[in-house]
Amino acid sequence: MKVTPLKAFLLWLVAVAAGVAWIVLHTRFTADMSFFLPSDPSPEQRVLVGQMKDGSVSRLLMIGIEGGTEAERVQASGALRDGLASSGLFVSVQNGEADALEAERDVLLRYRYHLSPALTPERLAPEGLREAVDRAIGVAVSPVGFLFKPYLLQDPTGEMIEILAQLHPGSEPDTRGGVWASRDGQRALLLAQTRAPGGDTDGQAQAINTVRAQFAALQQAHALDGLSLSLSGPGMFAVQAREDIRSDIERISLISSIGIGLLLLWIYRSPRMMALGLLPVVAGTVAAIVAVDLVFGMVHGITVGFGAALIGESVDYAIYFFVQSGRVGLQAWRETFWPTIRLGVVTSIAGFGVMLWAGFPGLAQLGVYALSGIAVAALVTRFVLPVVAGDRHDIPPPGVVGNTTLRWLGQAWRLRWPAWILTAVALLYLVQHHDRLWSTNLSALSTVTEADAQADARLRTDIGAPDARYMVLVAAGDRESALRQAEAAGQRLDRLVDEGLIGGYDSPVRFLPSEHTQRQRLDALPPREELQRRLTQALQGAPLSAERLTPFLDAVAAARQAPPMTRADLAGTAMSLAVDAMMSQADGQWNIVLPLRPPATGSPDIPADAVRQALAGTGAVFIDLKLEFETLYADYLQQAVYLALGGVLAITAMLAFAMRSWVRIGRMVLTLAMTVIMVMAALHALGTELNLLHLIGLLLIVAVGSNYTLFFDQIDADGGLAVDVWSSMSVAVVTTVIGFGALAASTAPVLKAMGTTVAPGVVIALLLAAAFIVPRQGKPA
Amino acid sequence: MNFRRLLALLLASVSLAAHAAFDIDTLMRDLARHTGGKARFVETRTMAMLDKPVVSSGELRYQPPDRLEKHTLEPYPESMMLDKDTLTLVRANRRMSVNVASRPEAQAFVESIRSTLAGNRQALEKHYRLALAGSPAAWSLALTPVDGAVSALISRITVSGGGNQVRRIEYQQADGDRSELAIEPIAGE
Repeated sequence: MKVTPLKAFLLWLVAVAAGVAWIVLHTRFTADMSFFLPSDPSPEQRVLVGQMKDGSVSRLLMIGIEGGTEAERVQASGALRDGLASSGLFVSVQNGEADALEAERDVLLRYRYHLSPALTPERLAPEGLREAVDRAIGVAVSPVGFLFKPYLLQDPTGEMIEILAQLHPGSEPDTRGGVWASRDGQRALLLAQTRAPGGDTDGQAQAINTVRAQFAALQQAHALDGLSLSLSGPGMFAVQAREDIRSDIERISLISSIGIGLLLLWIYRSPRMMALGLLPVVAGTVAAIVAVDLVFGMVHGITVGFGAALIGESVDYAIYFFVQSGRVGLQAWRETFWPTIRLGVVTSIAGFGVMLWAGFPGLAQLGVYALSGIAVAALVTRFVLPVVAGDRHDIPPPGVVGNTTLRWLGQAWRLRWPAWILTAVALLYLVQHHDRLWSTNLSALSTVTEADAQADARLRTDIGAPDARYMVLVAAGDRESALRQAEAAGQRLDRLVDEGLIGGYDSPVRFLPSEHTQRQRLDALPPREELQRRLTQALQGAPLSAERLTPFLDAVAAARQAPPMTRADLAGTAMSLAVDAMMSQADGQWNIVLPLRPPATGSPDIPADAVRQALAGTGAVFIDLKLEFETLYADYLQQAVYLALGGVLAITAMLAFAMRSWVRIGRMVLTLAMTVIMVMAALHALGTELNLLHLIGLLLIVAVGSNYTLFFDQIDADGGLAVDVWSSMSVAVVTTVIGFGALAASTAPVLKAMGTTVAPGVVIALLLAAAFIVPRQGKPA
Repeated sequence: MNFRRLLALLLASVSLAAHAAFDIDTLMRDLARHTGGKARFVETRTMAMLDKPVVSSGELRYQPPDRLEKHTLEPYPESMMLDKDTLTLVRANRRMSVNVASRPEAQAFVESIRSTLAGNRQALEKHYRLALAGSPAAWSLALTPVDGAVSALISRITVSGGGNQVRRIEYQQADGDRSELAIEPIAGE
């Protein structure tokens, strides 16, 4: 069967259309932390990942209202709280207004004997009773007693006070005009918890847009033009990151498309040829996205941004084909040039292939993307493009630029000595700085800008929200055991709080104690007659007489009959969310996270050793999230170094197999090694701390640079470099520089790192390959 | 000590003689001259719900202009410390801090003591209407809250004393409950 150009094109079109349909209908794009989180986590890491994605802290949205007068801010704060609370998108919206916690207060009152940490048999013995009642009266008559007075007769031992006291161990935000405000009083504050988990970027975006829209609406309705809104929180960062990546991708694609388009138009001088040149690029891009989606179930924005830079790579194959086959004809091209290109493709694939083993899911994604994209682009160039293009592709002969640069190429050997010297200097520099080369700080990869991080820290300090750095983890096979473990860990932590080593901690058992503990507490409640007898005895001569306390006797009698409270009893309150956020179930395992707060001394650090020591024997694990991530990242980096070395080895082995000449292999390895040394030294000397993505950039330089050395290496075999071969190569270099140069202009540190490494790197690789591999010629005529 | 008190009385009458009339400004100036110190207090609180008053006692420490501590020793130890705008409560090993500038009712309560002790009329008048009665040797200053939220809780505070020494603070709560703080300076201060 003869494949006609139209059939081949239709085949391409159908395949691409199917891929696009898959992407549109199925592929999920994200921009969250998942790029950086371990793909094969340990059980501990899994809980951490869960916290980052769904934990209570990940759902926090901190809202600040600035400007205007205090009265205006108070009005806006109240209106915004009411509006957001009724939007259904938030589990809780707090702004410090006292009535904001009515549902919660009712639950605490109803289950006070299940929940009170102070409830022991001794407390309800006559002496204990007297002291508890005296203390409760003390609170009721105090200046803040009006809050508690209404409940004194039903709760004369003050169990409510005991429960509440453990809920606010730290200081809560200041209040101005009845609503939360920053210390200086210049900003009203709200704290919202979204219904959408932190990992649901769409849900977060919806919540954030709702806040903005409602604020704008109430500004208009109440003429509050002087006010401005500030927002922060993990969800906010995720949404922001996605926006940034999106605009990055648009910018990168635009810059590379325009740059490469103009270049190709200048080379081809034919729209038809340009369109044909896009066949491999489009197919490669679509295939790469589909492949990543199939392997990982989602595509990260960073991967797509990286892909935009790879356009500069995949467009090269078509250039090679057109320029080279134009000279020698299709059949000759297949025989003489295709093997070289194929070797280049295979080495690139080998280089990217090693990234598939990376535990860093981001790297594995980039690997799959590059590998599948390049493979498909090359296959389309080899098998589809020649059929569709036919023999009708006349490339204008290389002009003055091509000929001039070719002459320069013959003089490139003059760069050898300067190259040796530069390499020596660079090597010396690297040796001198070898322990400061690599940044171990994960935040180097974070998309959060310095200004945003500061704004976040300010709001967080004002509100007193936990920053989720320190936590204690317990795990057990069932909920009851997990809760009991959390209670045991809590007792140890209480001691640390008393000693002032930690500021406090949160625990689900405050709202949902283990059944065992609830039972113990309820068992401490004496029968009605007994309690009445004890009360009469205890309250002799007391300010409060036992006769008034019938509501108390009723409440205790009811509690004695009550079943243990369950998660369902908390439904509709902020406490249910708090419990859910700290407790999760996965793979038959119940995990509980107890977030710790730093001591009130102002130091943000927690003495890790003291906490570990205090927890010894409880089975609970102390975790410093920052340290954990840094360790994780250091592991990634270590692994990436091995992978990169493996990639370089694979490329070298591939070339060695093809060339079978130690001299030729030696030359190639030498030029590539010199390139890498120079780029590393230059980046570091210019103030860039190298991170994992720079390493990947270096690997890319080797993969791309080896292609150039291959072409130059062919010169010997061909007996001289034809001007059109050179012009196709030089165009390929320029497209690569444009693609990765555009990446360097992005705001995402990850993409920027790769761009700034690869763009100058390929230029250096080309120059050095020319210097050391292109045969030496005399002075130009 | 008796001699000291006598001297204070004498000085007070001298200042009475020096000024044509005894007014709020005069009282405030006198109070502002207080250099701080310790005092014993007995607090008697009366609530409708209770059959008899609740009595507690302890020690007060004052360091002008804005540091005030109230250590209850009997019947149960409890401390309340005010440093600038931070009110810290320590009770049975638990410590709670509140910024009083943030809570109108707490601030009004705090100002009634702090601003009176410091003789800060301006701060007092932000929260209360003032009415002075008596003489420099035995004066009584009535504070009536201006703010609605505060007057819903406290209907009147009466501070009384002699010279620059506050002897007694009485809180009349809106629901009829009352609290009375009797202050006795400790010798040597």
